[in-house]
Amino acid sequence: MTKVRTRPPLVNRTSLTRGRFIAGFLSVPVLLYLIYVIAPYAQAFYIATTDWRGVSASPRFVALENFKRLLSDDVFWTAIGHNGLLLVLMPLLTIVIALFFAFLLNAGGASGGVSGVWGSRFYRVVFFFPQVLAVAIVAVLFQQVFRPDRSGMLNAPLMALGLEPIGFLSDPGVAFWSILGVLVWQAVGFYVVLFSAGMASIPREMYEAAQIDGAGRGQLFFGVTLPLLWDTVQVGWIYLGIAALDVFAIVWVMTAEHGGPDHSTTVMAAEIYRNAFQYFKFGYASAMGVVLFFFTVAFAVVAMRLSRRERIEF
Amino acid sequence: MVSQAEKVTLSRSAARRRRRVRLGPLSGLSHLALAVWTVLVAVPILWTFLASVKSEDEIFGSAWSLPAKLRWDNWARAWDHAHVGQYMVNSVLVVVLGTFGTMLFGSMAAYVLARYRFRGNRAIYVLFVSGLAFPVYLALTPLFFVVRNMGNVPLIGQFIGLDTRGGLVLVYIAYSLPFTVFFLSAFFRTLPGAVAEAAFVDGASHSRVFFQIMLPMARPGIVSITIFNVLGQWNQYQIPLVLLSGQSKDKWVLTQGIADISTAAGYDADWSALFAALSMAILPMLVVYTIFQRQIQAGLTAGALK
Repeated sequence: MTKVRTRPPLVNRTSLTRGRFIAGFLSVPVLLYLIYVIAPYAQAFYIATTDWRGVSASPRFVALENFKRLLSDDVFWTAIGHNGLLLVLMPLLTIVIALFFAFLLNAGGASGGVSGVWGSRFYRVVFFFPQVLAVAIVAVLFQQVFRPDRSGMLNAPLMALGLEPIGFLSDPGVAFWSILGVLVWQAVGFYVVLFSAGMASIPREMYEAAQIDGAGRGQLFFGVTLPLLWDTVQVGWIYLGIAALDVFAIVWVMTAEHGGPDHSTTVMAAEIYRNAFQYFKFGYASAMGVVLFFFTVAFAVVAMRLSRRERIEF
Repeated sequence: MVSQAEKVTLSRSAARRRRRVRLGPLSGLSHLALAVWTVLVAVPILWTFLASVKSEDEIFGSAWSLPAKLRWDNWARAWDHAHVGQYMVNSVLVVVLGTFGTMLFGSMAAYVLARYRFRGNRAIYVLFVSGLAFPVYLALTPLFFVVRNMGNVPLIGQFIGLDTRGGLVLVYIAYSLPFTVFFLSAFFRTLPGAVAEAAFVDGASHSRVFFQIMLPMARPGIVSITIFNVLGQWNQYQIPLVLLSGQSKDKWVLTQGIADISTAAGYDADWSALFAALSMAILPMLVVYTIFQRQIQAGLTAGALK
């Protein structure tokens, strides 16, 4: 028996009501988006070519003057350097730690690599929690943890042992690493959950087959888990890279002088905000924004290129 | 005599035993490593809760001492004097309206883009999705002036200009649209069309089909992305910092308020109240997270797993 499909009658489906419906549904979101997102982005590129300073002053076109000045701006180069370092280290540390824990959770059990450890749900729940906290709140939290005297969570035990307190945020040689530590602290849980989900979808037989061939836990990880998880790791790497370029709140809130001491922790986003809303150099700040934009695009392109690798189907 | 089946199980358990020997007591080590990270995550947070009921002298005397008595008055001072109560109300208000608007407009746009063919469809979709690639810092300066100019619009200007919660809500909606539209249009595309067809035959209107049939069918996607937006907007710090100036502290959101308590604090600062304020910001998240952790994990990782 064949099903007879009758075309629905044309009532209510005339092109006029259809067109009106489409326009009606799209108008508000598109309007909001054009006003608040597209227009500002478009203007930013223009403002970057002006010498606009001060809320009431009017902008004057100066072509690439701002970008020329940026080339000799030591603070901005320091900021770029920090973003670059974060771009390498934050994804690397986060992914290595997260892979390690995800593998333990999924294959660290007593039965030798094929079952998760007891209580893996509990660990996952705890590890993920920092992810739901606001970065600004985490920044204030760690400002207290890192306090330089006996009231600091970390320095109190050090001083009790008779050691010198560490200037986690006040020592220019240490402060950047404190920032990196907090960023990794907050990010790891998300990637543990992400990688766990990926690992859970790897068929158990794959592990068992490898074990019958005599693979140890290390070989299981590098021979089975990692290749099959590679897609997810790449996604994580891109996410973390973008996050490393966009670091702001943790630096702005947690460090002395918003990126100090002595510019030792400053990042591009912090310099953009400082120049725009503390110095009111709107043109100059927008030029910095354009540079950040091109860094982001360049990173995305490079990441896509590098990650184009043979995909393993299973 | 040993049956064939028993022989198999015997050799299996023997293999398992051999495997266990080769892999060593790793389960114990696994737990040790996992426990270390658990401590790293939990201790700073628990330590903050502890400090929130200590006196100033106890906090400065020794970071790890237990309080002589629980000083809940720190919490009262943080709520009133440090305005954490007001910030909390503002945050809730802005996030509720912001997320509602995002979901309403985002799902409407995503639905039309996913299931209707018309000229310009592709262009509008690309326009929305391209927003994912831009760093928000690029837009800060012009955005500030856009919102300032919106304040000059007759009648509604006073509700959507600088230093207003309404302005913040509209900006939140606009900046949440790219991901919401991207995610939901992919979701709407996967839904079967038969039910909607049947409803059209019965004479239902386009918008009725959307609100009463397609939207309920898209529930799992809607839930994930709602959670994503609630958390994203609740945790936002950069945009309120630009749009709500120091002259309108009564409009500030929680992240902004707490960051300000800590950065503006001088030597005469009320540190116990700061710890209490911090605890107040963390505790609701902890409660909500404990209840909805499965949905929250799914919602936040939804984008990455597609």
